[in-house]
Amino acid sequence: MQDLKLLAQDNRGLYQLEAGEDLLGWHEVTQGSILPSFEGDATGIANMKQEERNYSHYNSYTATVASWRVLKPVYNRDICIDCQNCWVWCPDTSIISRDKQMLGIDYDHCKGCGVCVEVCPTNPKSLLMFGEHSSFEDALSQWPEKKKKEKK
Amino acid sequence: MAITSIKNLKEFSTNNDRFEGAHTLCPGCAHSMIVRELMNCTDDNLVMTANTGCLEVSTAVYPFTTWDTSWMHIGFENAASSVTGSEVMHRVRKKKGTLPDPDAPVKFVAWGGDGSTFDIGFQWLSGAMERGHNFVYVCLDNENYANTGGQRSSATPIGSTTSTAPAGTHSYGEKQKKKDIVAIMAAHDAPYVAQLAPNKWKIMAKGFQKALDTEGPCFINTVSPCCTEWRFDPKDTITITDLATDSLMFPVYEIINGHELNILYRPKNVLKVEDYLGAQGRYKHLFKAENKHVIDKIQKDINEYWDMLQRREEARI
Repeated sequence: MQDLKLLAQDNRGLYQLEAGEDLLGWHEVTQGSILPSFEGDATGIANMKQEERNYSHYNSYTATVASWRVLKPVYNRDICIDCQNCWVWCPDTSIISRDKQMLGIDYDHCKGCGVCVEVCPTNPKSLLMFGEHSSFEDALSQWPEKKKKEKK
Repeated sequence: MAITSIKNLKEFSTNNDRFEGAHTLCPGCAHSMIVRELMNCTDDNLVMTANTGCLEVSTAVYPFTTWDTSWMHIGFENAASSVTGSEVMHRVRKKKGTLPDPDAPVKFVAWGGDGSTFDIGFQWLSGAMERGHNFVYVCLDNENYANTGGQRSSATPIGSTTSTAPAGTHSYGEKQKKKDIVAIMAAHDAPYVAQLAPNKWKIMAKGFQKALDTEGPCFINTVSPCCTEWRFDPKDTITITDLATDSLMFPVYEIINGHELNILYRPKNVLKVEDYLGAQGRYKHLFKAENKHVIDKIQKDINEYWDMLQRREEARI
């Protein structure tokens, strides 16, 4: 369900941000440094999709914050209307959307804040929060029914 | 001219993100929503600098960088001066013909939190505005020093509790009025000054495009709800921003050439300020009987300010 075969040579989420023992201390770090975001020439990056770019290992695209998450959003393609509200308000660039279509969630960068669920306009919501360790099949089978409008 | 389409959200979403994930901002932080909205509304090359603040420490965690553009950080206060330095260098190298691609469009943007804009970097910002460089300064206003534990800044509004202005038996929290930074920047005779909010993405993207297009120093103040220090659930960031704009706590407006004021968003139903205050933990103490006068004062200030904005819009002064 969530198998996103977007990227042929995907290098996202290779590193943990909290890198442990081999980090330098504050007195060992070089004063002033340049971190190139891309390998080689970076001209025309703005017109390239993420999967076409050649990210260097300094780019946080290659890092992951998945361990921050307690609840994860699960996406239900059947209900989604591609309004892109979740895309515009996702603080972690974790909603993958190509050609005006929402494809899924980038679980290496999602921190599970739940903003996407809150801004989803469909009935029932096409994104819902589930426990980090619940499987997608379970989550989709528990999806709530459409709520009827209350008559006033 | 390379500006992307923002006609509707579907077209806006075809832009390629240049602000990557795996930064260490809190879950639900509005800072990154604002940054993404700015970076998606243009495909020009961007040169960015940042003041110290949440945005800076969280997006440049050594050895990682979150930015897919040129991004620089020097000191706490000098994003405005480093961006003007970059802008002048670009102009001079263009004149001398030493740039590899002299025709490539470049835009200069500086980022600051409210602490580094209202207090610490104010002198540098004021100087850069006065010298009239071609750049955009964006202030991410979360009304406290959120990066260091929520101390008060001069952007903190009356009545909110912060770690250096705590509410208790003897105090109702912050007592000073918030500095009106938009009016101060408009008084620098800047060609474009605006206050925007991330929940109104279209107004915001249009404002950013206008600022990037305008020749000269532009200033944009954006409300950025801070789930940690304002004390609300991370999922409610957009809801809180809606309450902020609809209760007119953060009116959305622009000032062109220092005098031409346009209100960009008029709420259909203006909410009472209690709805906005009650949604956040930092105003909890105001709902005690002895602090009722503070809420009345906040409401009165908001009404007067909104009235003033409407009069200014009508009079074009």
